Amino acid sequence: MNFNEKITLLHLDVLKEIGNIGAAHAATALSDLLQKKIDMRVPDVKMVSFNEMMELAGGSENVVVGIFLRIEGDAEGSMFFVLPVEQANRFIRRLIRDESFDFNKPPCSELGLSAMQEMGNILSGSYLSALSDFTGLKIYPTVPGLSIDMFGAIISIGLIELSQVSDTVIVINTSIYEEVISDDEAVKGHFFLLPDPDSFESIFKALGVPTT
Amino acid sequence: MILTNTNDVVKVGIAQMDVVKVPRTIRTSGLGSCVGVVIYDESKKIAGMVHVMLPDSSLSRTETINVAKFADTGVNALVDMLKREGVQSFKLKAKIAGGAQMFQFTSDKDSMRIGPRNVEAVKAQLKKLNIPIVAEDTGGNSGRTIEFNPDTNKLNVRTVNQGVSDI
Repeated sequence: MNFNEKITLLHLDVLKEIGNIGAAHAATALSDLLQKKIDMRVPDVKMVSFNEMMELAGGSENVVVGIFLRIEGDAEGSMFFVLPVEQANRFIRRLIRDESFDFNKPPCSELGLSAMQEMGNILSGSYLSALSDFTGLKIYPTVPGLSIDMFGAIISIGLIELSQVSDTVIVINTSIYEEVISDDEAVKGHFFLLPDPDSFESIFKALGVPTT
Repeated sequence: MILTNTNDVVKVGIAQMDVVKVPRTIRTSGLGSCVGVVIYDESKKIAGMVHVMLPDSSLSRTETINVAKFADTGVNALVDMLKREGVQSFKLKAKIAGGAQMFQFTSDKDSMRIGPRNVEAVKAQLKKLNIPIVAEDTGGNSGRTIEFNPDTNKLNVRTVNQGVSDI
């Protein structure tokens, strides 16, 4: 299906609900993991150009900690969990109880890196299992990969499948916030769910939403 | 084509291309698996840049394509753009950067090794057009921001962990 032409407001609403349910579970998992209150911003579902996509996490050169995994099965796509470096540092320091850990100072300790990977695993797992329960689709996440680099360089791998059929991307974006003490600490993380073009039909079909 | 000019730096977005003359420089940021191709004419001090996402336009499943997105069509289109600015094609040289593999994991998806494929495709296309590659910084697993100055013919490559270099 050519999603540029056929996606309606109803479809975007359905995708928004998917993001909502998935991210609510992930936020709960993160909250449990860190023993901290985590807030979630209702997801944003947008059809954006590739270059607009680069602006969703502070620009293509912005350095972030990114977890990436592929979704395989009845619906396919790419999923990213992206955190500003300072936020990731806070989470990992808390998890491994090591205040000296810093993603800005490689080589980072194996423990910290694997804690980050595991956090990505838990969060994306809970996001996707909620999605799977909701849609009844069988979906399998790959083992997540971790990269600390420019946002543009990280996110572009998620645009490869889409770029073969379109110059725009439908992104299901959820922001999560740590309950903060002061405003300058109010940095946020993002989940980006980028379904492959052929998967929209499977998702809508599973939910009984007409696509023609 | 979207241009934003600040301080005489012309920015090229993902799947876009443009051409500059001195004193302007041309830049693209956050290259991962994508490849930034710079083609320039030293004598005329003109340079073009394309930010290629995919190796081959045959991968496209749409009727109309954005030529700058693919290595085969992007390199050709950039050369055409340069010719319209009056360069002589036998004088053209190229510098390329990017084509990294940002994440290490196993997947049978071909798209996961898109970086090396993009580099190969860019090289094949430049060879077809007899444009020599003077310098390259490709592969690895780091993102890159590149800026070319047609006055010095230097390509500045910036990475997060491996610092800055001029090639």
